Amino acid sequence: MITAAAEERQTYLNESYGIKSWLLTKDHKRIALLYLATITLFFFIGGIFATIIRIELLTPRGDLVSSETYNKMFTMHGVIMIFFFLIPSIPATLGNFFIPMMIGARDLAFPKINLLSWYLLVAGGLFAIFAMLAGGVDTGWTFYTPFSSSYSNTYVVATVVGVFIAGFSSILTGLNFIVTIHTMRAPGMTWFRLPLFVWAHYATSIIQVLGTPVLAITLTLVGVERIFHIGVFDPAYGGDPVLFQHLFWFYSHPAVYIMVLPAMGVLSELVSTFSKKQVFGYAFVAFSSVAIAILGFLVWGHHMFVSGQSAYASLVFSFLSYFVAIPSAIKVFNWTATLYKGSISYATPMLYAFGFIGLFTMGGLTGLYVAALGVDVHVTDTYFVVAHFHYIMVGGAIMGYLGGLHYWWPKMSGRMYPEGWAKLSALVIFLGFNLTFFPQFILGYLGMPRRYHVYPDEFQVLHVLSTAGASVLAVGYVIPLIYFIWSLRHGKMAGANPWGATGLEWKTPSPPPTHNFEETPVIRHEAYDYAALMEEEANVR
Amino acid sequence: MGITLPLFPEQASTLAPQTDHLLYFLLAVSVVFSAGIFLSIAYFAIRYRRRSESDLPPKIAGVLSIELTWTIVPFILAMIMFAWGASVFMQASRPPNDAIQVYAVGKQWMWKLQHMEGQREINELHIPVGVPVKVTMTSEDVIHSFYVPAFRTKQDVLPGRYTTTWFQATKPGKYHLFCAEYCGTNHSGMIGWIYAMEPQDYQAWLSGGAPEGSMASSGEKLFQDLGCANCHRADAQGRCPNLVGLFGTTVQLAGGGTVKADAAYVRESILSPNAKIVAGFQPIMPTFQGLVTEEGVTQLVEYVKSLGRQPGSGSPIGSGTTPAQQKTLPRDRAAMPAIAGSGPTQR
Amino acid sequence: MSASHIESVERLAVREQFDTAEQQKDAATLGMWIFLVTEVMFFGGMFCAYTVYRSFFPNTFGRASSSLNATLGAINTAVLICSSLTMVLAVHFAQLGRRKLIVLFLILTMLIGGVFLGIKAYEWHEKFVEHHVPGPSFHLEGEALQGQAQLFFTLYFAMTGLHALHMVIGIGILTVLAIQAWKGKFSPAYYSPVDIAGLYWHFVDIIWIFLFPLLYLIDRHMPK
Repeated sequence: MITAAAEERQTYLNESYGIKSWLLTKDHKRIALLYLATITLFFFIGGIFATIIRIELLTPRGDLVSSETYNKMFTMHGVIMIFFFLIPSIPATLGNFFIPMMIGARDLAFPKINLLSWYLLVAGGLFAIFAMLAGGVDTGWTFYTPFSSSYSNTYVVATVVGVFIAGFSSILTGLNFIVTIHTMRAPGMTWFRLPLFVWAHYATSIIQVLGTPVLAITLTLVGVERIFHIGVFDPAYGGDPVLFQHLFWFYSHPAVYIMVLPAMGVLSELVSTFSKKQVFGYAFVAFSSVAIAILGFLVWGHHMFVSGQSAYASLVFSFLSYFVAIPSAIKVFNWTATLYKGSISYATPMLYAFGFIGLFTMGGLTGLYVAALGVDVHVTDTYFVVAHFHYIMVGGAIMGYLGGLHYWWPKMSGRMYPEGWAKLSALVIFLGFNLTFFPQFILGYLGMPRRYHVYPDEFQVLHVLSTAGASVLAVGYVIPLIYFIWSLRHGKMAGANPWGATGLEWKTPSPPPTHNFEETPVIRHEAYDYAALMEEEANVR
Repeated sequence: MGITLPLFPEQASTLAPQTDHLLYFLLAVSVVFSAGIFLSIAYFAIRYRRRSESDLPPKIAGVLSIELTWTIVPFILAMIMFAWGASVFMQASRPPNDAIQVYAVGKQWMWKLQHMEGQREINELHIPVGVPVKVTMTSEDVIHSFYVPAFRTKQDVLPGRYTTTWFQATKPGKYHLFCAEYCGTNHSGMIGWIYAMEPQDYQAWLSGGAPEGSMASSGEKLFQDLGCANCHRADAQGRCPNLVGLFGTTVQLAGGGTVKADAAYVRESILSPNAKIVAGFQPIMPTFQGLVTEEGVTQLVEYVKSLGRQPGSGSPIGSGTTPAQQKTLPRDRAAMPAIAGSGPTQR
Repeated sequence: MSASHIESVERLAVREQFDTAEQQKDAATLGMWIFLVTEVMFFGGMFCAYTVYRSFFPNTFGRASSSLNATLGAINTAVLICSSLTMVLAVHFAQLGRRKLIVLFLILTMLIGGVFLGIKAYEWHEKFVEHHVPGPSFHLEGEALQGQAQLFFTLYFAMTGLHALHMVIGIGILTVLAIQAWKGKFSPAYYSPVDIAGLYWHFVDIIWIFLFPLLYLIDRHMPK
């Protein structure tokens, strides 16, 4: 399909100008870009904290920053990366932009609530940034009591208020997605014709809606305890600090699935498009997403095996934790099988997909180690766990995010990114990532605890390797920032469907018009039907 | 300048090889699955690389038998992992009956340890090789965690409660002790050493002595100084339950219910006495919160333990049994030194 | 059909993201139900803390509970149930497009809600005077376990406070709706804002139905 010159054609980008048209927009696509800018900013702020941590850890002594400062660095790194980058990332950018398009709708069910969600993220972020600038917070992103409620002398309340507000951003996004997917699918778009990206976000939204409120009330109670000096989790008043942990992890475990399920949704799209083949075992992948969402709520106690909870509780949580591993494994196998007899392209999004499968597999398999009671006693609260979750969150979720960003960039911006630089940075990120985090598995099993500012000399070589990796990784993240911005002016113009992908979003021009579709589409095919796509294209020609 | 690059921790306890064997199994499974997936992807990506934009791959929706296979096989492996891990864990959770007792109090940012015989240590713990050691721990402030990588043991240390861990060292040496739960500014400074010694060297170290005497005798002194003896009298005329023979028995509570008279119960009775009232008694005991430190409480626990059991009586306190001698021969090995005034029995 | 009814039908706008009015109504209703689920989880964290601590300290919680004014609590329960009745009637008349009756019942609901809040404020005042507010001056007469008793009151104030906040927000929403109803916005073709506000109001009522026995009636059956 030949598009008219983009400058003359009305798109969501040029239909109105001026800051008010962006700050008061109701268009899900513009809101997605507002989110994109915001979370990118938070990512680099979180990255600065990580940089300071890794530089400090080059030497066993505390020679770069004081202990107080170091403790604030890892706390704020965690708080920013989790609550202000990872949790919103894919859903609020790619999900916001593409879920309505994928189901044939003109927008989400509640566009004004969508805009409110963005403002809530910004407001929460302002509280968190205020806390940082005013002096920081040093409780760890996990806010364990009684340290956070009675002992820390830092800006705990400001931070938990920021997280609380951002939590409502997450809840409203989830609510919006669930209602949209239920009530606004175009005629013919049955549940089992939905792209797997949509299924993944549906499952994610269930978690956001059910889990986040529990975090909100828990942090509120910590704030109340702190401000009014009364004991809710304080043993001096008969309160139980382990109760805090139960309530905290009840959200924070499912939260990790909020962070990874959307990336898995991206993966299904990438693997399919770049093999030109429907995803093997569509129903299994779809149901796996929902299974992960449900089972994810039953395993929180695996963060608490040595917390003092009863051994029998630990047994139950370990047992259930093995169940939640299985659906993730099923997805990896299905993506691999999709490649069989496919037509595989090595475009950048596919490189990120390969990277995701490799690194998520490693991260996920190490999850089996920490789920094993006998091993977890040794490795919990060590760098082993740090490596495990970074393999999944960074090696998995962030690579999925970058893959999706590259995949949908042409659609969102109308421009191609430079493929050579993109492949290079994908490789740099992959290598830098492994060098950063693989040594941390070894460090952890050796016994190096987490959140240590200084450490015994014998751990230094592994830390130096890890910091070297982090420098490479940092470069890998900066390059795309530069070329994506460059591409807005100088990138090759993109057509409607540069990848030959199925899915309704590719049937619109790049960038799409404000209302997505001229008329509500009618869906007649299954998802990922490349034969039908090629037939259509042949008819048009 | 030597560069050390350790890659694997040493094994210094009976638990360590068990943990490591489970690790090897997990490693083996991971390597097999990772290799399988990575090699498949590499093979497919090369063999089926796109040769032309007009390629149209076949439609393969899925094969149920394959799906079930790669669901069920991993599930079985996962259950094996669970069972193996659970078995190692349950063993690690149950200290043997003949373990020697040590008390640890964690506070920002140090470990205070005390042996039954009275020796105190700060950030260090001397133990004999080949003998199970049970550590009963509490915190004076925030949550800490007692972690000895070479032993593969770790247990969070909580304020307001006792938690316990145990280990049996298998070779003499000096092993890192780390606090493994973030506890504030000097968390990474809350470290120390476990010194495992040959039994005779340990005896020699112990007999270096403790100026204040055993924990139980320190506890007895506290018992007198705090006025506990005014109520908790040897004869049955006290308004309070008799403590002789109490430790380890089951106590009947007012309003129904029972509780085991263990270390946690003794601690709670001292600090929060009205939480549980013994059947037949009134809630008149004042709290000693603020009047005694956690270490003092552990000494009182050892003292109460040392009061031992009445001979031939397994009956619960609070049912009107008459106390016999004040300090009878205890069944707990742990309590013996307090009475006999000598070192622990050799294994 | 009255003239104003026809007007409101004509003014009825299906928002541009929706294809039909029915789709819009379905979306709004599902959205409110999901929001109420999030509210259940929000209150749920505190119900969980309450359950854990009551199981640890049943007697203290019983004694602390009996210091609350169960009569006022029971009156408040009846008050809220009445407000749910008036709310249902407001929805009913919205479905019929009876403009004046919608406004009447919305206002009645708000007033009865105000009565609830007034009684609540009085109860809290009583607690303040009796030194049952957690903090440095907390003291429950005749109670050996002051810390644990303070836990009960922390939960009492947190849970009833959060509930009261939701009522205040609810009254705010009903105010907006009453103004819109007065302007003739609602009709048989378009009444879902009143409908879903009703769902919210009933939810807030149901939370109270749980709070009342759990906070006020612990151990009431036990002989003194």
